[in-house]
Amino acid sequence: MSANVDSKLVAQLEDKSYKIRKDLLNFVYHIGMGHLGGELSIVELAVALYYKYMNYDPKNPQWEERDRLVLSKGHCGETLYAIYADLGMYTTEYMLEHFESLDTAVFGQHPNRKYIDPIEVSCGSLGHGLPIAVGLALGARMQKANWRTFVVVGDGEIQEGTNWEAIMAAAQFQLGNLVCIVDKNRLQMSGATADTMNIDPLDEKFRAFNWDVMEMQGNDMADVVRCLEQLPPSTIEKRKPLAIISNTTKGCGVDFMENTWKWHGGGIAKEQLDQALASVEKKYQALIANRK
Amino acid sequence: MAVETTFDFDMMLSSAREAYGEELMAIADEGIDFAFVCSDNAPESCSAGKMMSKYPERCVNVGIAEQDEVGIATGLALSGKVVFAQVFGPFLPLRAADQIHTDAAYNDVNVRLIGTHSGVTSGGGPTHNVIADLALYRAIPNLTICVPADAGQCRKVIRASLTHQGPMIIRISRGGEPDVYANNDYDFEIGKAITVRDGKDITLIGCGPSVYWALMASKELETRGISARVVDMHTIKPFDAEKVIKCAKETGAVMSVEDHSINGGLGGAVAEVLAEANLDCKFKRAGLPDQFAVLGSPEEVYKYYHLDAAGIADTAQALLGK
Repeated sequence: MSANVDSKLVAQLEDKSYKIRKDLLNFVYHIGMGHLGGELSIVELAVALYYKYMNYDPKNPQWEERDRLVLSKGHCGETLYAIYADLGMYTTEYMLEHFESLDTAVFGQHPNRKYIDPIEVSCGSLGHGLPIAVGLALGARMQKANWRTFVVVGDGEIQEGTNWEAIMAAAQFQLGNLVCIVDKNRLQMSGATADTMNIDPLDEKFRAFNWDVMEMQGNDMADVVRCLEQLPPSTIEKRKPLAIISNTTKGCGVDFMENTWKWHGGGIAKEQLDQALASVEKKYQALIANRK
Repeated sequence: MAVETTFDFDMMLSSAREAYGEELMAIADEGIDFAFVCSDNAPESCSAGKMMSKYPERCVNVGIAEQDEVGIATGLALSGKVVFAQVFGPFLPLRAADQIHTDAAYNDVNVRLIGTHSGVTSGGGPTHNVIADLALYRAIPNLTICVPADAGQCRKVIRASLTHQGPMIIRISRGGEPDVYANNDYDFEIGKAITVRDGKDITLIGCGPSVYWALMASKELETRGISARVVDMHTIKPFDAEKVIKCAKETGAVMSVEDHSINGGLGGAVAEVLAEANLDCKFKRAGLPDQFAVLGSPEEVYKYYHLDAAGIADTAQALLGK
């Protein structure tokens, strides 16, 4: 299904995802708190955006022309922190030292834009990112600026009604500079999304709300690349907004965390870290072996 | 600069809701950039609607969706704009509380949420009353809360907001409220309360439309031999505690007057200042009691709850034991 993609690019992004996944696990181990299930499910997406598909300069995170990424599922901010460290924006030591450290805190489980330059919007309460992203996209249009707004929402998060107000608004205003990516890992804090409050058929719902829809296997980098290569150019002219349904695995990459809601939140013990890193390594080796 | 009030005038009615739209139009005409958001509440028959027609490219109507409105306004502000958002007051503070708190305030953006039809000025009963908003707003960090006393002062708040940093609430009434100020030749500064009439026996501290009724109460009290000072506390946050303490010391009695629940609003703020200052001062809160209000026109409801001139005067007189 992922033919005709640049295999070298895919390999580079896979390698990066492997590193970010390990860095993320180590980070969460050291600070003792996180939301690993959802953080692991968005690794490939976040890597693809920051290292390839967002117009972004890590040396100048306030650059006016940058694409904006709104992480509406703000509880998964540590994935971004791992990327910021890899991009050289902060050292891991600095982040650990300034993590929820009272009056010296810069980083927290839910990122604050006022303290962290590359964070566009302080999120953490679900259902907020998409309306704000609509405002950002409208703002770009008003300024006749070419930057694009990406917003990442969780599939459980879609249950919050504010998303649907914003989904209506984005279609009404025909925001061709807005991309909403749903990290559809099919689990939420206490069980399966389908059993808790079913959101499907999500693609049909977006289409019924006058959005264009693309779909990808969000933990398969070749398929992520295939999908994101098809992103239409951002435009401030009127065009349907775009939803990307990213089918993912909660806890992806760590066998004992995959597909269980029990790893939604919390810390990780040393023994679990070692097991998790071994699992990531094993999957990565299998991936490399398949490249030939 | 001393202020000239409508104390000696016949009642003059005007509308802050119209005034702010006219002021935005003037600001746009001056070439100053801002964005404007509404939620199906700025038809072309009103001044904000006219501004939308003239400057459509900077205006957005999000439909009947107040939570979305505050979120979108926040996003627009994050894109670099000063954003004015007109929200139908009854559906702003409680429906969009999370967005006010988490989007506008926590992100600390230049959004000005103009809540119309505040207090009981909408009419139509408790579904359309705004009685708990100041209590909520006061507890949210970063918010600046302005309650202009009349339409002219609303224009001053709008102007001041252009250079103010951070999110603001601008709480106005339905429209058709009495003017407090006879002209606009007075200094206005966010956070600095204004003494609109001097007096020595008691200080009546009001905000919004209650300033006018406090002023008229001072007129009534004058006939009863009581000299009442009247203070326009147009900013609820940051709160001018100094002014409250000064008035308490100088007049020995303070009474707050507001079109809001007696709990947690202007009266709560005044009470907190007085209690912590350990002053020997008589104090009374006047406002809407802790119940869903009776139904009637604003004037009828004010009279019923002793928030009209005679009612305020009676309460003040009783407080003084005269």
